[in-house]
Amino acid sequence: MATVDSAVPPGESSGEQLENPRRRDYLSIGAVAFAGVGAGAIVLPIINSMSPAADTLALSSTEVDLSAIQPGQSVKATFRKQPLFVRNLTPQEIAAADATPLSELRDPQTLAERTKEGKANWLVTLGVCTHLGCVPLGAGEGENKGAFGGYFCPCHGSAYDTAGRIRSGPAPTNLAVPDYEFTSDTTILVG
Amino acid sequence: MSFPWAKQYEPKSPVMKWVDERLPFPRLVYNAVGAGYPVPRNLNYFWNFGVLAGAALAIQIVTGIVLAMQYSTDATTAFFSVERIMRDVPAGWFLRYAHANGASMFFIVVYIHIARGLYYGSYKAPREMVWLLGVVIFLLMMATAFMGYVLPWGQMSFWGAQVITGFFSAIPLVGEPIRIWLLGGYAPDAAALNRFFSLHYLMPFVIAGVIILHIWALHIPGSNNPTGVEVKGEQDTVPFHPYYTAKDGFGLGIFLLVFAGFLFFAPNMLGHPDNYIEANPLSTPAHIVPEWYFLPFYAILKSFTADFILDAKLWGVLAMFGSILLLFFLPWLDNSPVRSSNYRPTYRWFLIVLALDVLVLGYVGGAEATNGNVLIGQIATAYYFLHFLVILPIVSAAERPRPLPNSITEAVLKGKGGTSPSQTAIPEAHSPQPAE
Amino acid sequence: MIRIIAPLIGLGFAFVLVLGLFGTLTSEAQPETAEHEFHEHPKKLDLASNGVFGKFDNQQLQRGFQVYKEVCAACHSLKYVAFRDLAALGYSEAEVAAIADDYQVPSVNPDTGEAATRDGVAADRFPLVYPNEVAARAANNNAIPPDLSLMTKARHDGAAYVYSLLTGYQPTVPAEVTQKYPEFQVSPGLNYNPYFPTLALAMAPPLVADNQVTYADGTPATVDQMAKDVAAFLVWTAEPKLAARHTAGLASVLFILIFTGLAWGSYKTIWRDKKH
Repeated sequence: MATVDSAVPPGESSGEQLENPRRRDYLSIGAVAFAGVGAGAIVLPIINSMSPAADTLALSSTEVDLSAIQPGQSVKATFRKQPLFVRNLTPQEIAAADATPLSELRDPQTLAERTKEGKANWLVTLGVCTHLGCVPLGAGEGENKGAFGGYFCPCHGSAYDTAGRIRSGPAPTNLAVPDYEFTSDTTILVG
Repeated sequence: MSFPWAKQYEPKSPVMKWVDERLPFPRLVYNAVGAGYPVPRNLNYFWNFGVLAGAALAIQIVTGIVLAMQYSTDATTAFFSVERIMRDVPAGWFLRYAHANGASMFFIVVYIHIARGLYYGSYKAPREMVWLLGVVIFLLMMATAFMGYVLPWGQMSFWGAQVITGFFSAIPLVGEPIRIWLLGGYAPDAAALNRFFSLHYLMPFVIAGVIILHIWALHIPGSNNPTGVEVKGEQDTVPFHPYYTAKDGFGLGIFLLVFAGFLFFAPNMLGHPDNYIEANPLSTPAHIVPEWYFLPFYAILKSFTADFILDAKLWGVLAMFGSILLLFFLPWLDNSPVRSSNYRPTYRWFLIVLALDVLVLGYVGGAEATNGNVLIGQIATAYYFLHFLVILPIVSAAERPRPLPNSITEAVLKGKGGTSPSQTAIPEAHSPQPAE
Repeated sequence: MIRIIAPLIGLGFAFVLVLGLFGTLTSEAQPETAEHEFHEHPKKLDLASNGVFGKFDNQQLQRGFQVYKEVCAACHSLKYVAFRDLAALGYSEAEVAAIADDYQVPSVNPDTGEAATRDGVAADRFPLVYPNEVAARAANNNAIPPDLSLMTKARHDGAAYVYSLLTGYQPTVPAEVTQKYPEFQVSPGLNYNPYFPTLALAMAPPLVADNQVTYADGTPATVDQMAKDVAAFLVWTAEPKLAARHTAGLASVLFILIFTGLAWGSYKTIWRDKKH
């Protein structure tokens, strides 16, 4: 078995071998450590490049005109490339939502908490089922609204009530309410 | 496939022992680039460039994969998607400049690697296969680089694609149909862009495969060295690790410094301004030039201006491809028993002239086609072919080489880097072949 | 065998080259042209963004943007730049929104589905000035005003070129040009400018008088100053990440230098008792 030292041929100075061979190992350790840190520093921008780009992030707001939505009707808009449901609740639907005791809910929230003050008839939610992301039915004319009169997800049977709250099926939480504000009585700005 | 004194892999941990018994991959790595590969002790810095070429390919593959996630392969949006990478994608400018300049770095490193092989006779027996695979890698690199340059779909991308596919139209009779088939249309457009992207993504992995063969073939005889004298015994070699891994680490640092200099402070220096103008099939740039690494070959193409049996265009295309293909025959054109040009006093001068000649060709390739430049290009092109096809066979037979050292160790102990010869010449044939 | 065939091929190539060489020697030199002789290299332009430590001068970029907006934007688009990018020039969110609001961007009428326009928002990119190439040609005497987003990277020495071009117009062809090349003429509708490769371009001098724009920061708006500012602005539009690149570059080079030093030490240590 050859070793490094035995490879030194006769006639070559071997004086330095008497020194502790580990004496300057810190240089190698340091170089390898720096290479490791450098590789890590290079990986970061590579990973980060896969995050949403500036133009994607900038598409952060959507304006919706409410004036044409009659009570009982909904519209689908898009917000960050996802469906957005805007629904004008009828008084009966509001009453049905308010009448549901919170104790019956999987994700307890009142209708008031999910709408703006004084605008309880405007239910604005993402049209993304909280189970696995399908688009629930119920926003379009004549679509199946499910057993609770709100939305029904055809993928795995989650049913939402008139406040967009999960009532049955596998979805864990209510339909998400995005940040939005009324910029006038008939327009909202989402995002 | 190693010298008898090569160290055997001994797994240090039970886990590695377990792995090694079932799949001897750790052993393979150990024998390829670890302490199990004995390497001549006298390699100079020119022997760093093989590892650096591997590093450059790795950089290209990694940055390329992430860029492909953002790039749009459509003639109407390709240019915009590249600008979006530069402006909106997080660290996108870094990745794109790293990829664009990385290509240049890859070529710089590979050209030095090739020059090293030429000077020290690394292509000669028993390393012909290493050389042949190297030329294959070089051809694949050129194709990959060309197709990559088309992808940003700037003016130079478009007209580069037009001109280079135009080479094929020089072929008599079938040329034009071949060109149209290559492009999938009458001019470069969506079809060409898509197939170039597909192949540009594929070919680096083909290159990586051929590199594995290249290294495999290298490990059969072992590395050449500046004396060109074969390894005679254990005292002539050191284990690759830690000796050459440490040296390659230092070389990598220098490489990265140069790379960072281009990437961060002159990212467009090696590119062409016209490629920041979106491709316009109706307007040719005033002065079409390829990337710098193709300029010598472009000069050869342009130097053939006379019709003689074949027309000038076909001569140019034949000569341009021939200038690379002749490298395949180099091991058999050079008949000299001596590898290293350090011991070939006459041939050495011709090699130095060749190096200058290629630089001149590079200049002519990028210069305007004035009469003076064309003249220089024609003389330089003639030398290029005469060097390899006429001068080399004659000189290698007629030259009297200087006496070789008896062994690498003797050369090392006599003087720096084994450049000073001993009194007695030892014919190469006596060197022992390493055990397989 | 190969050592017989190869020299024949080599000599064959050389022979054809010699034939070409005689052709080159006997062919007449291309005549010197006015475009070749009187085309000038760009003047030197010092900008804060030049050099290894270069950073943008936001005040200057804002002035340059003002020149672009009030002068260039009449014909030249900036289609790769988004309004939101202007925040990098030091504009507040509200200022960016106000700038975007001044522009009309393409949209669809929500009632009829017909093409329409709407007020720009920060997320939009600068809209095109002309809907297509035909419209651009029709409005500009058959010349297309190029998009300016990448202009300083799309020309050699781009920023200096823009500055030189804007300040280099000459009302008539100089006497020395007409003396030497009597046949050289500037076609009607074109303007003489020695910094343009053909010496004559369709764009009329855009910066004609001092105080053509009124700078908010009180900088005197000379033609020279306006040209410099808009050149600086176009460096930013072409390479908005320049300052970040320089910073990252200095850090990287420093890091790699330390690594290289350590690697060199490691190399020398490992080889210290090994002559080579």
